[in-house]
Amino acid sequence: MSTAKSAKTAGIKKNLMETYSLVLVLLVLGVILSVTTNSFLTPTNLLNVLRQVSINGVLAIGMTMVVLTGGIDLSVGSVVAFSGIVAAQLLRDSSLPIFVIVLIAVAIGAVMGIFNGYFVAYWNAAPFVVTLACMTIGRGLTYVFCDGRPISNLPKEYLVIGKGSVLGLPIPTIILALVFIIGYVLLKHFKVGRYIYAVGGNDNAALVSGINVKRILLLVYILSGICCGIAAVILTARVSAGLPGAGDGYELDAIAATVIGGTSLSGGRGKLGGTILGALLLAMVSNGLDLLNVNSFYQQIVKGLIILGAILIDSKRNK
Amino acid sequence: METNNVILEAKGISKSFPGVQALQNVNFRLVSGKVHVLMGENGAGKSTLMKIIAGIYEADEGDIFLHGKKVAFTRPKQALVNGIAMIHQELSPILDMSITENLFLGKEIVKNGVLDYRQMNEKSAELLNRVGLNLPPTTLMKRLSTAQQQMVEIAKALSFDSEIIIMDEPTASITNREVEKLFAITRKLKDEGRCIVYISHKMEEIFQIADEITVFRDGCYVGTYNVDEIDEAGLVRLMVDRDLSQIYPERHNVPGDVIMEVEELTQEGIIDHVSFQVRKGEILGFAGLMGAGRTETMNALFGLTGPLTGKIRIEGKEIDKPTPRKMIEAGIGYVTEDRKGSGLVLDMSVRDNIIMASLSKLSHMGKVNFKKANEQSDEFKERLKIKTPSMEQLAKNLSGGNQQKIVLAKWLMQNPEVIIFDEPTRGIDVGAKSEIYRLIASLAEEGKAIIFISSEMPEVLGMCDRIVVMSEGVKKGELDKSEATQEKILSMAANVVNGQEETV
Repeated sequence: MSTAKSAKTAGIKKNLMETYSLVLVLLVLGVILSVTTNSFLTPTNLLNVLRQVSINGVLAIGMTMVVLTGGIDLSVGSVVAFSGIVAAQLLRDSSLPIFVIVLIAVAIGAVMGIFNGYFVAYWNAAPFVVTLACMTIGRGLTYVFCDGRPISNLPKEYLVIGKGSVLGLPIPTIILALVFIIGYVLLKHFKVGRYIYAVGGNDNAALVSGINVKRILLLVYILSGICCGIAAVILTARVSAGLPGAGDGYELDAIAATVIGGTSLSGGRGKLGGTILGALLLAMVSNGLDLLNVNSFYQQIVKGLIILGAILIDSKRNK
Repeated sequence: METNNVILEAKGISKSFPGVQALQNVNFRLVSGKVHVLMGENGAGKSTLMKIIAGIYEADEGDIFLHGKKVAFTRPKQALVNGIAMIHQELSPILDMSITENLFLGKEIVKNGVLDYRQMNEKSAELLNRVGLNLPPTTLMKRLSTAQQQMVEIAKALSFDSEIIIMDEPTASITNREVEKLFAITRKLKDEGRCIVYISHKMEEIFQIADEITVFRDGCYVGTYNVDEIDEAGLVRLMVDRDLSQIYPERHNVPGDVIMEVEELTQEGIIDHVSFQVRKGEILGFAGLMGAGRTETMNALFGLTGPLTGKIRIEGKEIDKPTPRKMIEAGIGYVTEDRKGSGLVLDMSVRDNIIMASLSKLSHMGKVNFKKANEQSDEFKERLKIKTPSMEQLAKNLSGGNQQKIVLAKWLMQNPEVIIFDEPTRGIDVGAKSEIYRLIASLAEEGKAIIFISSEMPEVLGMCDRIVVMSEGVKKGELDKSEATQEKILSMAANVVNGQEETV
């Protein structure tokens, strides 16, 4: 009995460690930056960090869903670019209401997600390869669509999505919060969420339990695509233009946030809260290094080391 | 017992894992030229001790002496070069490599900087010959049966000239015929003066092969006995520390109406026109040798494998193109043979595993009612006596018997009318076995129809009302409990298989 009890408390302790070690890292980093710089702990800067984290945060949430099933989505950056460029064109040249254009951008993301999910789920193709193909196709489509030229002169009302605030909070941050809440509730309280974990943990057992494994796989890529569409809307509004080169390398940041957040690349294990903390850590580090006037070339190295650190901690934990 | 010829001695070994004291101050010794069987319930510590000896785990406390010299292996390779080889229950050969490449993995023979395949193939042919495996050494590993892969593992042990060869449940997934071969080779190795350590749950086998038997219980060493000074009942008593008065429970119910009818179920090249019926409150056995097509029949029936022809009727209603979802909704539950492969999500909690197949019933508009889910899963945990520190514990941390109970709980929660059990007691200990028998019997008494696949003859004879015998994907016949004997089943099951085996 006593061993069972100690096992239980040990389990809880381990759980707490997992959940809060990242929070602790963030706090320590926050304290260090507050002491070493004058400007870190100012409302303007903190809101700036929150604004910066929003795009990667949204993408990382979609990425986490995919990674939980044991897959990966490399097409994220290209899908953002393509959704964004189409939205920009419509904003400039059409008379469609803004919210319709936003929906179209999100729908484009979803369709690209269907492309990925269809081949992964129904053709049993490797996610890495399928989404790599989609990444290349998406980038190509983007350049073809705008003939390689940026699309600017977007309506002011639209730019609010990227630059405005409500009750002092940046709108992109509010969007991220909403996406997070929806994603969290979906994973935690809806059966689809349990199915996503089950498929990633053991697709055979999921199949025998009557779960439509293919449909779940299709779904997660669609969700990731939708997140790309949302991120594209924010990005276009923030930079006031549709850029054909937009989103380059975003997939890697999203994967980094997911992995730092403790989601296992082999699937079945991970939490959305961790992903958000991971995205926040990346944003804080890059903000802090900016404030400390560290050359941006070095920032890349630091980011790489953080990813490496996260994966080492994870592999130690699983031993 | 004599103390000379002792090869290995372990003193005061303790080992704990998070939440479990796996071994407690265990003393143990191995003598050359003997087959030493280890027995105990799952979680008793047999495998843990062997893994410590083989350098896979490190002991928390205690010492190991090899030929009187203290050793502490931290890697399997160290144990291997010192003459200790372990053949695991679940083999992990590199399937896309040849036998030779597997045998020489990590100690390839190199001539002038390049691999010397000719010499390696010659040597592996010689090794294969010693274990009675007549295959070209260039054969790819994936072309081999489980039993043949095991022989390659034994050959590998011989290539290190291992003095101690540890086999962890080697007969769990091979046919009776192959068991004979394995035993013949085991005896040969013994005569060469090696010590074979053999972990198994199968009583009949143990008494065929053992010289000495060591019993473990709850992480403690109980004792070592010569095979002639102990009998089956005595062993069981030592293992579980209680009498198991009757292994197979008696039932008094009479089977009722037909609930499921299967007609001419066929899958090209896999199963051929299989027909049977099962009644409410009946236990219908499926006997046959490994690979007879029993699991394949159930997989097809449950909609897990490709297209099929034939008819399936449940309570008179025909099921068109079965899928797992449809079958579950029609009231079928399927406890698959491969617990880890298709029964459990090991990285999920006990609770999440139990509720996995019932989430549709527990959800409203896709949202899971966790209060209800928790109540119901707690209820089944109690009913099946699943031993776990908490419902949030990950399934992978539980013993085999308890894992099997989780799978059972998952299906019982569905309240199915027909439950298919595929080798439900494979790899679990005597105590848990008898619990599972009782549970299955009580389900039948409640009026559930049970399909019971098993390769263990006494189990089929002890549990079933009727027995379907299959071979080579074909139903060979059907026997009523009153007329069924081991000989009849075997002769039905074996006639085709013999012919096939000669050609291998």
